[in-house]
Amino acid sequence: MATQTLPPEIGRPSTADAESRPSMAMAGADRILGLRCRNCGTREALGAAYVCAACFGPLEVEYNLAAVAGLDRATIERRPPGIWRYLELLPVAEQPRRGLAVGSTPLVRADRLGPALGIAELWLKDDTRNPTLSFKDRAVAIAAERAREFGITTLGCASTGNLAGATAAAAAALGMPAYVFMPADLETVKIDHALAYGATVVPIDGTYDDVNRLCLEIADETGWGFVNINLRPFYAEGSKTLAFEIAESLGWQAPDVVVAPIASGAMFTKLAKGFRELADLGLIERTPIRFVGGQAAGCSPVATAWSRGTTVIEPVRAPTTFVRSLAIGNPADGRYSVELADASHGSIEAIPDEVTAAAIRQVAGLEGIYPETTGGVTLAAAEAARRRGIIREGDRVVALLTGNGLKTPDARTLGLAGGRAAPGEPGLAPVLRPGYASFEAWFEGNA
Amino acid sequence: MSAVRIPPVLRASTGGAKNVEVDGATVGEVLDRLVATYPGLASQLLTPDGTLSSFVNVFLNDTDIRHLDALATPIGARDSLVLLPAMAGG
Ligand SMILES: Cc1ncc(COP(=O)(O)O)c(C=O)c1O
Ligand SMILES: [Zn+2]
Repeated sequence: MATQTLPPEIGRPSTADAESRPSMAMAGADRILGLRCRNCGTREALGAAYVCAACFGPLEVEYNLAAVAGLDRATIERRPPGIWRYLELLPVAEQPRRGLAVGSTPLVRADRLGPALGIAELWLKDDTRNPTLSFKDRAVAIAAERAREFGITTLGCASTGNLAGATAAAAAALGMPAYVFMPADLETVKIDHALAYGATVVPIDGTYDDVNRLCLEIADETGWGFVNINLRPFYAEGSKTLAFEIAESLGWQAPDVVVAPIASGAMFTKLAKGFRELADLGLIERTPIRFVGGQAAGCSPVATAWSRGTTVIEPVRAPTTFVRSLAIGNPADGRYSVELADASHGSIEAIPDEVTAAAIRQVAGLEGIYPETTGGVTLAAAEAARRRGIIREGDRVVALLTGNGLKTPDARTLGLAGGRAAPGEPGLAPVLRPGYASFEAWFEGNA
Repeated sequence: MSAVRIPPVLRASTGGAKNVEVDGATVGEVLDRLVATYPGLASQLLTPDGTLSSFVNVFLNDTDIRHLDALATPIGARDSLVLLPAMAGG
């Protein structure tokens, strides 16, 4: 086990706190008990460990919620915006002194899109607006702070695209070197994005699953902190902040249905954990929440397992979808995602790429929010779940838009006929000469 | 003999060995002999009823054996097997 000895200050309450920071008395040592195997329950000391030494199952962070039982809504509401306002429920010893401004993204009511999808009360969690334009900033902020606390000096990641920029930017802000591994044929904007922050970007001639396998070996041998591998127990917890913010934005209530995309299933399952912890602390009422997941039809191992009524995930060897950020053929939290959808009376939908592209244009055109391909998958999944009756009349539904459309330019035109737009039509007009006559000729339809 | 690469989390059961050489005509045979040689690996690699744990991914020359013939996949002397946790997630 790659467990490291911890520097002595880890887990101890800090003494020097700025006024606005969450109180360390509340965020003290005993709220984080250590790591625990999700499969067999074996406990492990806190460290950059992710696999159970007894059964090879995944390790998770274990909290002692009783230690933060005094946390109330008013205390959280008084704190500055960002993910650290929920510090007591995050697996770091203390709030970092440096780092990006992550979280507190808007939850907006989609009064035009909702009815178009048959959902009267639809809310969009707009995570297109995080520092590197995706929700991955949440997960990376936690992993990077833990890396620092563990004395790890180099960050790494295996990325389907968005994690690359998030890891590179967080490393830059903390002054750490970063190695970013990604499939060589990803959208070039995602590669450029990571390069811009000064990361070493290593393109791999293979699928995401090939990249991930390679990085498992590299993490073992180098001791680098791979945010989604040996720091995964901490990384994954970052997605709980989506649930915390949604509940707070709704006036400390959970919605009836949450719709989110699934790649590895880490975020999908941690959303549920986030709402559960709020209820455990009495910050929200414990109400049933249905969880609806979306995958791309060209790489839908989790949706396929769900529709067959099994939790055994058949890996997809060669994904065929332009939804690159969800193209994980061998998802670590696949079985847990199926269990969550089933237990909550939700569903997991597989969405064809043309439908995804149309859904992106629809939300952009009706709400002025431009998500990447995962957002199209999510909204199409919401519509599919509505048709199936999983989403019912009168439900309050929250759909997560977890990445920005500028990251996936191919989606803009997929499924559209070519040709130039006429006046008043959406689309690209022909190139005009810079004279009024030229404009007039086109506008009057005589171009 | 095929080369089997042992990840750090399993090395306690192999006396610290990182690479071990094991005989066998199929992936399943190699894994059986591996566990016979290092019985400590049984609890990590196998379920209580003796089948390969779903938390373990086995790669033959970098290909997941579930994309091949699973445990029945033939394996040769120059092939290498890697055991890794099922921990893919972007
Ligand atoms: C924008 C976006 N949304 C959702 C996901 C899915 O995340 P998870 O692997 O936690 O299921 C990803 C993964 O890369 C992503 O980039
Ligand atoms: Zn275990």
